[in-house]
Amino acid sequence: MSAAENKTEAPEEQGFDGDPRSLLRSVVESNGLVVFLAVLAALVVGAVLVVFADESVQDASSYFFSRPMDTLSAAWGAITDAYVAMFQGSIYNLHADSFSGSIKPLTNSLTFSAPLIFAGLGLGVGFRAGLFNIGAQGQVILGAIMAGFVGFAFHLPFGVHLALAVIGAILGGALWGFIPGLLKATTGAHEVIVTIMLNYVGLYLLAWLLSLESWQAPGSDNPKSPRIDETAEWPSLLGDSFGLHWGFVAALLAAWGVWWLMERSTWGFTFRAVGANPSAATIAGMNVKVTYVLVMVIAGTLAGLAGGTQVLGTEKALTTGIAGSIGFDAITVALLGRSRPLGIVAAGILFGGLRASGPTLQVQAGLPIDIVLVIQSVIVLFIAAPPLVRFLFRLPDPRLVKEVTA
Amino acid sequence: MTTVSASVHTGPATSLRSLLSQWKAVIGYAVIALVSLIAFGLGTESGVSTSFTVSQTGDALQVPAFSVSSQPVTLTLSVILFALAGYQVWAQLRREPVGVWLPIAFGLAFMGALLTWSGAGRENTNVALTGMLVSGVFLAVPLVFGAMAGTLCERSGVVNIAIEGQLLGGAFLAVVVASVTDNAYIGMAAAPIAGALVGALLALFAVRYWVDQIVVGVVLNVLVIGITSFLFSTVLSDNPEFNQAGAQIGAQGGVAMQSLPIPLLSEIPILGPVFFDQNALVYLMYVIVIVFQVMLFKSRWGLRVRAVGEHPKAADTVGIKVNRTRVRNTILGGAIAGLGGAFFTVASGLSFSKEMTSGKGYIALAAMILGRWNPKGALLAALLFGFADSLRIQLGVIGSSIPSEFLAMLPYLATIFAVAGLVGKSRPPAAENIPYKK
Repeated sequence: MSAAENKTEAPEEQGFDGDPRSLLRSVVESNGLVVFLAVLAALVVGAVLVVFADESVQDASSYFFSRPMDTLSAAWGAITDAYVAMFQGSIYNLHADSFSGSIKPLTNSLTFSAPLIFAGLGLGVGFRAGLFNIGAQGQVILGAIMAGFVGFAFHLPFGVHLALAVIGAILGGALWGFIPGLLKATTGAHEVIVTIMLNYVGLYLLAWLLSLESWQAPGSDNPKSPRIDETAEWPSLLGDSFGLHWGFVAALLAAWGVWWLMERSTWGFTFRAVGANPSAATIAGMNVKVTYVLVMVIAGTLAGLAGGTQVLGTEKALTTGIAGSIGFDAITVALLGRSRPLGIVAAGILFGGLRASGPTLQVQAGLPIDIVLVIQSVIVLFIAAPPLVRFLFRLPDPRLVKEVTA
Repeated sequence: MTTVSASVHTGPATSLRSLLSQWKAVIGYAVIALVSLIAFGLGTESGVSTSFTVSQTGDALQVPAFSVSSQPVTLTLSVILFALAGYQVWAQLRREPVGVWLPIAFGLAFMGALLTWSGAGRENTNVALTGMLVSGVFLAVPLVFGAMAGTLCERSGVVNIAIEGQLLGGAFLAVVVASVTDNAYIGMAAAPIAGALVGALLALFAVRYWVDQIVVGVVLNVLVIGITSFLFSTVLSDNPEFNQAGAQIGAQGGVAMQSLPIPLLSEIPILGPVFFDQNALVYLMYVIVIVFQVMLFKSRWGLRVRAVGEHPKAADTVGIKVNRTRVRNTILGGAIAGLGGAFFTVASGLSFSKEMTSGKGYIALAAMILGRWNPKGALLAALLFGFADSLRIQLGVIGSSIPSEFLAMLPYLATIFAVAGLVGKSRPPAAENIPYKK
């Protein structure tokens, strides 16, 4: 695949050009509308699945031709059940007794979103530099391993311990990003393949570590590490009744840092130049190979922090499933956020909300969390292909309109 | 790892780097041989023995179990490894290409040393050679189908990361159709439909809408995992009769995919059970590999496909429909990967479970790269991964001191070495992942 390197570019933004007369047109042509319609289309696809799986709809459809309204109302009921459950599980619980109970779902969503934002930021930096890094999963795992190890094996005072655990997460993720970056720079090995393979290497490494006695909780044979020390935990943000912790704030700070890096620093300029056209960047005197290594290290660092957040803030112990599917979800987060920090924060919160709604979805609507995967992937597919969305919703093609006005 | 050709001298070897790149194959072989000598040769206690069984119960021609004294065997095999590395040096000095037999012989000798070492001194455990090879071929089946699908797509210029999703979709549809029709073979025949659907989506986004093919592939995998897991947890768990294991399908009067021994050929010791006493899907795999090897490199269709993948503009100039070729190949590739998905359910006699392909699609991708976008090479690489997998299982049975997690990492590490060019140069089709815009 090395011939195709540098062909992977994050989609570019084409915003409102400032002409007041074309305000309506620019709304119709804007990416914002495409994003909105893509989310809408994904919810429709999700609704189709919900209807397909719903038993009362299946029962009613057996006599569809004698009483079609039964089927339709059953279908409508199933869909509203699902999406109301999703709303209550991720944003606001209407049935809670207290205010804190009502907003708990929202804080859960933010907790889920923190690692997604971290890892999504890392992937976004890579995409903008023309590197398609599928290895966030492995980088998250390595970050989690290191953070967890520092967390339970060392016993240090408050502050120092957390700082050291976070540095551990950074080093773990950075190492797993450094390897594909170095291989790409020195041998031209395609980062997609190397990072996919490193994901599995990281997964088995974690499984092996957790099979060692010294990494298991004392007196237990489960592949689960001892609980990390309280001094290494991210402190909780809103008190102990909420799961939300300072890791989320750290993710927001990281988003600001990435914005500064990409938009205001020389490094960021180099990254973007290499992403836009590596040959031109070389001619302009930029070192493309060093840039590839740097970008991958930064991407790994951020993904490692995602793993650290999972261990130090949310799970508080290392398990084989610590990374969940954060690394893969983060790809969709970065694509949805168009690799821009602000977009990634928004997309991370959206997908964190989808994830957080899982238990409620299961209990209230009897639906498995897997529907979230479908919604996520459909959103990203549609966003990646704006012409398809325009075709589905009969929107004008921006290029044609512009030719007319020119 | 299929062919390790001697590096061609383009100029005087001046720097350390070029020296390294010329002799990396030799260095790699020497390091592995040294590991074998120290770990297996010297690491085996002297005076103990390893016992092997060859015949399985029910074989017509019984070869008795035999045992060998461990240390002499591991030492001999390590010396053979050094000899093979030496042959590579000799051939490279004479600038002669080395055949594919060398890495294969090297791998076999290394596996032999590993098995002898791990079975050493264990009184009641036999190393079941034939059983290991049989399961190696069987475990390679989805990898071969997946790698074949990847080869077909990438030769026409479309990167197929969605192999994982195509396998999973095929596995799902196969078991549902087999359960409904009570016939495993109809299930197997339905599996390609699911794969082709995923392939069609890939073609739609990659060829029609020019979306980055890697993005589409990754996202399609997530989509298929989501849909199959959702339907598994809802429709299939409400109606278990839609998701039956192969044995149950057979019990209700249908036909489970049992192994169909080929007369005479299956009687050959070792080779017979390994290659000719498998089920219909495995035989179909042989046919598909041969057909595509011939078609891709000897037919007009194959020439056109390769032209589209290497230089679409040139192909277009001589009147080949670039995008139509790509769409057809992507759908065909998806169908083949879908067929391979039948392995997980109807061919293995298992019912469907969530994410049951567990990354096999990505290993198939690795097999395709190791096989250098060649059906023949992909088959060999997939067999290598299959054997590595069955070796891992066998060592788990014997109780080896190597953690199974490290053995499980091997295919992935081998792939990293391969793409980094440490095992030999691999060059993908030139127009891969570049949409063709007129």
